[in-house]
Parts: sequence; C-alpha cells; structure tokens
Amino acid sequence: MNPFSSGTRLRDMIRAIRACKTAAEERAVVRKECAAIRAAISENDQDYRHRNLAKLMFIHMLGYPTHFGQMECLKLIASADFPEKRIGYLGLMLLLDERQEVLMLVTNSLKQDLNHSNQFIVGLALCALGNICSAEMARDLAPEVERLLQSRDPNIKKKAALCSIRIIRKVPDLAENFMGPAAGLLKEKHHGVLIAGVQLCTDLCKASTEALQYLRKNCTDGSIRILRDVSNSPYAPEYDISGITDPFLHIRVLKLMRMLGQGDADASEYMNDILAQVATKTESNKNAGNAILYECVETIMGIEATSGLRVLAINILGRFLSNRDNNIRYVALNMLMKAFTVDPQAVQRHRSTILECVKDSDASIRKRALELVYLLVNETNVQPLTKELIDYLEVSEQEFKEDLTAKICSIIEKYSPDKLWYIDQMLKVLSEAGNYVKDDVWHALIVVVSNASDLQGYTVRSLYRALQSSPEQESLVRVAVWCIGEYGEMLVNNVGVLDGEEPITVTESDAVDVVEAALRHHSSDITTRAMSLISLLKLSSRFPPTTERIREIITHEKGSLLLELQQRSIEFHAIIQKHQNIKSSLLERMPVLDESTYVRKKVGSSDATFSADKTGQRVSAGTPVNIPNGVAKQQAAPLVDLLDLSSDDVPVASSSATDFLNDLLGVDLPSQSSSGVVSTGTTDLLMDLLSIGTSPVQNDLLAPDNHTSSVATSGKIPSVSSPPSVKGVALETKSPQAPGPSPVLDLLDGLSDMSFSDENPTFPSITAFQSNSLKITFTFTKQPGKPQVTQIKASFTNMSSNTYTDFLFQAAVPKFVQLHLDPASSNILSASGNGSITQTLSVTNTQHGQKALAMRIRIAYKVNNQDMLEQGQVNNFPQGL
Amino acid sequence: MINFVLLFSRQGKVRLTKWYSPYSQKERSKVIRELSGAILSRGPKLCKFVEWRGCKVVYRRYASLYFCMCIDSEDNELEILEIIHYFVEILDRYFGSVCELDLIFNFHKAYYILDEILIAGELQESSKKTIARLIAAQDALVETAKEQANSISNVIAQATK
Repeated sequence: MNPFSSGTRLRDMIRAIRACKTAAEERAVVRKECAAIRAAISENDQDYRHRNLAKLMFIHMLGYPTHFGQMECLKLIASADFPEKRIGYLGLMLLLDERQEVLMLVTNSLKQDLNHSNQFIVGLALCALGNICSAEMARDLAPEVERLLQSRDPNIKKKAALCSIRIIRKVPDLAENFMGPAAGLLKEKHHGVLIAGVQLCTDLCKASTEALQYLRKNCTDGSIRILRDVSNSPYAPEYDISGITDPFLHIRVLKLMRMLGQGDADASEYMNDILAQVATKTESNKNAGNAILYECVETIMGIEATSGLRVLAINILGRFLSNRDNNIRYVALNMLMKAFTVDPQAVQRHRSTILECVKDSDASIRKRALELVYLLVNETNVQPLTKELIDYLEVSEQEFKEDLTAKICSIIEKYSPDKLWYIDQMLKVLSEAGNYVKDDVWHALIVVVSNASDLQGYTVRSLYRALQSSPEQESLVRVAVWCIGEYGEMLVNNVGVLDGEEPITVTESDAVDVVEAALRHHSSDITTRAMSLISLLKLSSRFPPTTERIREIITHEKGSLLLELQQRSIEFHAIIQKHQNIKSSLLERMPVLDESTYVRKKVGSSDATFSADKTGQRVSAGTPVNIPNGVAKQQAAPLVDLLDLSSDDVPVASSSATDFLNDLLGVDLPSQSSSGVVSTGTTDLLMDLLSIGTSPVQNDLLAPDNHTSSVATSGKIPSVSSPPSVKGVALETKSPQAPGPSPVLDLLDGLSDMSFSDENPTFPSITAFQSNSLKITFTFTKQPGKPQVTQIKASFTNMSSNTYTDFLFQAAVPKFVQLHLDPASSNILSASGNGSITQTLSVTNTQHGQKALAMRIRIAYKVNNQDMLEQGQVNNFPQGL
Repeated sequence: MINFVLLFSRQGKVRLTKWYSPYSQKERSKVIRELSGAILSRGPKLCKFVEWRGCKVVYRRYASLYFCMCIDSEDNELEILEIIHYFVEILDRYFGSVCELDLIFNFHKAYYILDEILIAGELQESSKKTIARLIAAQDALVETAKEQANSISNVIAQATK
C-alpha cells in the first residue's frame, strides 16, 4: 500500500476543515487534501478510491474545483460491487452535470446496470439517469427504461416512471412510446408507483397532444378512481400526514385531472362530483389540507367546471385570503390572479382585503397583492383604489416605492376620467415619490398640462405649493420649474382659479425664488438645472422687474464647470443684456404640444427614445449652435427656412417675423429687380400632357424624417436638447448660401422662430430639381388661416458656364391641386451660379391633410441659341403642404 | 418540478445541494449566494415563499438549518412545504433526532435519502416506511460487502503472517 496516498479518513478531513478559523487556513487544508487525492488518482489507487471520491464531494460542496475527480466516478461505477457503485453514482450526480462530455462515457455502464439482476443496482442507475441524463443518453437508454416500467418490483417501477419523465422532457418525440405503459401504471395499488405514474401521465400530456388525447380517453376514469379511493380511504398510518391520507397523491392526481379536463367538457363533467367532494370535505386547519384545497381550486378553475363548482372554489379562496397564515394568504392572492380571467366579478368582491395585503409587512405578499390590484382597477373603481395606493405610498418602505410608483402611474395614465383628476393624482405621486417616477411619466404630464389651457393656472399654483413641502423630489421640481417658466404670470395673478381652490399670494420674486432654489439645490442634476435656467430666462420676460435679479443669478452660473450650464448661462446672459427689445417675443409661451403623437410615440418606443435622448444630450453639450434650439424647443425646420431667407435670394416679406429678423441682423439682402419676360401659364396644357394625377407619391423620403424630428422634440420638450435639431442646424450652417452665422445670430434664429411659428407653421426648403446644368430650390410659406394654400418660391441657379436665355419654367400638378404661376423675375440666367431667377408659385391643395403634393416640372431655355429642355418630378415636398 | 434543493445553515454555509435542472458551476454558486442572502434576511413571521428569477423558492427553517426548494411558478407551494417536512422527518428517523452535525459528517447518507425521495425533480414515494426500508436494505448491502472485504483481508493477513 502506498504510504503517501492513504491520507486521512473522511471524518478527519471534515473535522480538520471545520477546525479552520480563517478562509486561508481552509484553503490550505483543502489544497493538501486535493494534492493527496490527485496523487492517488495518478497512481490508480483502488483501495481508497471511494473514500477519496467522498472527500471530493465534500470539497465540491464547499465550492472548490473538483473536475479532476470526474473520471474516478466512472471507475467506481464500472466496479462490480454495490458500495463502490453507490458512491460512484452519487459522485456522478454531484460532480457532473448533463453538459459535460465525460457523461457520455458512462452510457455503457448505465446500460449494463439497468439490466443488472440486483434491484438496488438497477435503482441506482435509474436514479442517476433520471437526475442528470442528457438528450443523447435519453435516446440511447429509453428502450431499457421502457422495459423496466413493466418490472414486477414497485421500487424499480416508480424509479423507471420518473426516469421516463426526464427522458420525455429531454426528447419529447419519445412521448408516444411511453403512453401505453404510463396508462398501465395508474392501475397499480402501490402509492409510490401511482404517484410516479400520475406524474408521468401529466408530463406526457404536456409533451404531446397525441399523448394528451390518448390519456384523456384511457386515464380519465382511472384518475378519478384514484382520487376517490385516496380521499375516501380510512386512516392509513403509513401515508398519513396530519389526518389526511397521502396528500401528495391527492395533489398529483388533481394536477393530472386539470390537464385532462382542460378544454374538454365531457372529461370535466365526469370530474365535477369528485372535485366537489374534495373541495367540501377536506380539512382546512392544517397545511396539508390547504395544499389539497389549493390544488383543487386550481383544477376547478382550469377545467370546464360547472358554475356552482366555481363559486365553491372562489369561496375557498376567500377563506384563504382571510387566513392569518401568511403562506395561505400568499397562495390565495396567487390563485385570485388566475381566477380573475375566469370570474372577475367574484375577485372584485375581495377588493378591500386585497388592498389590505398591499400594505402587508411581507414583500412577497405585497408584490402579489399589487399585481392583483393592478388587474382589478377599472374605470369605476380607479378613484378610490388610486387614493388608497397613494395614501400607502407615503408610508411604504423605500425598496417597495419604485414598484408601487410605477404601478400607480400606469393606473392613473390608463384610467384617468378627466385631466384635472390626472393632474391632481400625478402631483400627489410626484410629491410623495418624485424620485422614483420614470422620465416618460413626467414628460407625459407636461404634455397634458400644455394641452389643458384651462387648468394651467391651477396646475402651476398646485405645483408651487407642492414644491414648498417636497423640494427633494427631482421630477416634481422639474415639472414645477417648467410650468413656472411657462405659466409664471398665472401663478402670480391667480389666473383661472377653479371652484374650491384656495387662493394663493405669490409675488414675482417668490416665483423666481423657487426656481433659483431648484437651480442651487445640491441634489439637482444637470437636467434640472438646465431647465431652471430656461425657466429663469422665461421669467425675466414674464416679470420685467425681476430681470436684474435673474441676470445676476444667471451670471453666477457662468462659471459652472458643466459645459452645458455654462453655455446656457452665457448665452442667456447675452440675451438679457443685449436684446432686451426682442426678448418678449423670443420667450413667448411654448406652442401646445401634440398629445396624440406623443402618446403614440411613447407607446411605440419609450425605451428607444430615452436612450436616444440621453445620447443626444451628451452629443449636444459640445455643439454651440444647438443650445438655442433647446431653449426655444423648436424643430429644425423653421431655422432652415430662416437661414435660407438670409441668402442672396429676393427677400420675401412674407411675415413680420422675417422682417424683424432682417432688420435685426442688418443683413443686406440684394434685391433683384424683376424685369423681364413673364412666363406664360400653360399649366392646363401641361397637366393633360404629363397626366400626373395617379403618379405614385413617394414624398416620405424627407418629409417623415422631418416630421418625426418635430414630434421627438415636442415629446421631449424639457430635455436639454434633441438630436434631430442638432443635425438640422449643423447641416444648414455649413451651407454655402448662409452668410457665415455668428453664434449670437444662431441663437436668435433659434429663438425667434417661435414668435410666429404658432399659427404659421413653416417648412424646410427643398432642392426640387438638380442636374449638371440647373438647380431649382423651393421655399415654402403659408398664409395664416389658409392651410390649403402654399406659396412656393422657386429659385433657379445656372450650374453651367453658359448663360441661358429665354428661360421658361413650367409645372404640372395632380387634379386635386390648383396651381398659379406668377411671372418670373427674369428670363436670362447668368452662368456659373452668378445670380438666379426666382418665380413664385401659388399652390392650393384641395385635399390638404389627406394627400401630399406632387409636381412635374419642365424647363426650357436656350444656350447659344440652341433649344434645351429639361424635365423632372418633385416628390420630396415636406409633409403637411 | 423541483429545480434544485438547497440546505444551508444560519451562517450561510452550504450543507447539501442537489440540482435537477442544468446550472453551470458558476451559476450554482451565484444562486446559492443570492438565495441564502434573500432568505436569511427574512423575518420568522413572513411567508415561506420567495419569488426569484421567475421561479419560486419555498423554504423552511429547522433549528439552524434552512431547507429550500426551488419550483416553477405554477407549482403548489404548500405541497413543497409538506415535502420539505417529509424529508426532514425521514432524516430524523434515520439519524435519530437529526442535527446539523449529522448532515455534515454523513452528508452522503443525506444524499442517498434524498435520492429515494426525489428523482428528476419529482416526488417518487409518499411512504416514510418504504423509504426507511429501502435505505436500510442498501446500507445492509454495503455492510456485508465491507465484512466480506474485511474477512478476506484478514485471511490474506493470516496467510502472509
């Protein structure tokens, strides 16, 4: 015998490990033992192989690696003796799992042992196979197991049945082979075999519909008989658990009956009587009895039971719910969730009890109850339920608040009967748990407030009050700051006081105080501070006397280390300092946000927009031009328009805003006198000629993009900025036509467009046509109040090196559009982009909002007295023309 | 079905683990860490169920030991409480008022008993008597094999003396 490998006894090793005071000591002992075992393995020591494996199992349980011992299990299993096999199989099940390749090597030994004459060795092999077999092994050994199902020994039979469960879970195709033997098992008397057989049948029903049909036909009676026998059986000490004979068999048969009765009226009808008997006669003072009742209720709910039986089941759950035992209450709540789909009215009756469970001290019960309450809410009970939940929010534990807040917000958004109630409830939630409210929730609140013009005064006053009591709730602060910025004068002047609303006296400087507090508060993050800055800027226009103070506050932030804030404060400071005269029009109230698009957007991709939002913020931090856009909360489109206007086209005084802009910037816009040939209106002729009416409209190339960007911006108003606008602005400033904008100019551009965009939406200009020789851009303006009519200013640029003479532009439109062409500014187009011709088109879309514009164009001109003709189609009109 | 059985002490030391669903070694230690933390922190009056990763863990405390079984969400939690108790009763009968030390030094015997109660995560026998009889018969087989081995080695020892 090798003196080095003998090592210590198992008992001594465990003692040594337990005696270790530190983890390091333990590691040292384990390392020493492992070294000894490795040495024994490499010397192929046989005498202590089983002891070494036992040691390895203990070491494995402590969490140390033991893979080197895996082959030892196989050797022990291959040995002839029972003790070796027993420990070998145990090691196999503990040290290996089904995903290890080594496992395949044991298939042959298993096969031999399954055919062994000793029932205990067969039992070991079945047990190992049932616990860890892989799909390949299942296929290889299924015939052996099938054969063992017919064994005379109940011990082998039951093990083979459970092993079959594992096999059909791994390889569902094999289910059909087991149907017959499984049905046969239900005729046994031995409880172990019955339990295993019933379970096998249940799993077969899950694995294949064919098996389900077979078993429904052949086992429904059998399962009913088993349940009747066991529930009527006299006292049997061997199977007795707290006065009930074999609750395990009860429960398993009930489970099988649920599978068989589901969706089958005939099978269900047979079961009615016995289920009623079990539901009424089972003792409910012990856990075992309750376990049976619980399973019975689930089966009644699962099958096509009579209504009387269902009432019985719901009543049992009612009793469970009022039980003092937390376990029973937990399962009752769990079960009521399932019962809700069957009988919502019956569940509603227990509403008050369920609501109490939301306040339970037990997290598992609270969670279940909250899920259930969420199901129970409907239009009629939303108000009292929400009140209860919000009241509870005040006292609930911190870790539960997040769940609870999310559920409450979801209920409020889904079922609010009117806006006032919605706003009230949201304010309550924000004041109680504003830090747990998700961003999309308070964004939605702002959209709603923006749309509810009669409630804005009330909202801003309520927010002001709420802010006094809970200044730490971040989302509340954000909403309040935004609303005070927008509706500050309603706060001070008590505009739109509702019935029963307490009057409140707030001075202008009070309003500035709260926003300043939000800006300065230590816990405010960058978004809140940025919003506070905007709010202050807006207030400086609402309350002129406070301007000086606001300027000081903003000046204070100019040294902020956060680029975002520094930039805002510097630019805002410039506005207050230098542009006092235009400030009021710059800082008008936000246009009403589009509620429906926001909701759609939110439902569509709330998560996606949020991540985009965040990256947008980060990107934007370094781009100077986008800041004003963030302030004005406007889409990129108007900005583009304005920049185009300031190019060297003919100035069109279409709206006062552009006038003011031109004056303001002092951009000298060269006007080209319109002298020259007037183009003739041959549109009618052209229309017939080109017959554009049914041409496919594909203007969703540019338009939807623009559209979504505006939606996104309005949806995320309070956010620092938005990516689409960044892009739009950046692109446009690079355009060669723009007169090299300075940051201040940009700032004003972004701000000023809000002064007229409310009632007069603007659209980005497009390049309608481009060839090697010619480029046509369209610029759009609409008259207020006439959405159907669009003025298009076409501008033609000669890209070639030859001058064009006799220039003539013609256009054709579909039948639902009326077109009027004004005379062109000239009929001579000078070469190489030097100067351009402009021409105004007036388009009336009679199906505005339903169909999009489309146009075909034809341009004729002469180069060196040679006739030239170009034509094309314009499909990229912005949406909404 | 039962996905795994877990026994750990008040101190969080693992005393027995049995996995019926595939979990890698890494996952296993993570599961044990998470669950022992979650369960040990629960008060005695609370319900014995913990919802965890879409499953439910049913646990019961006996003296310093926690017995946990993880089941699918549609399984019967109350029955699992009975199965745990049934397992403990059989251990108790086998060891004669079982204590944590019995399970430490005779961990393999605890596994043998568990293997007679559960296979493939399902219950295989509802009679304590039958299980006791099967275990006793197998232990007897081991004893006779040992005696035989001893007598053979005695014979060899005598012969080589």
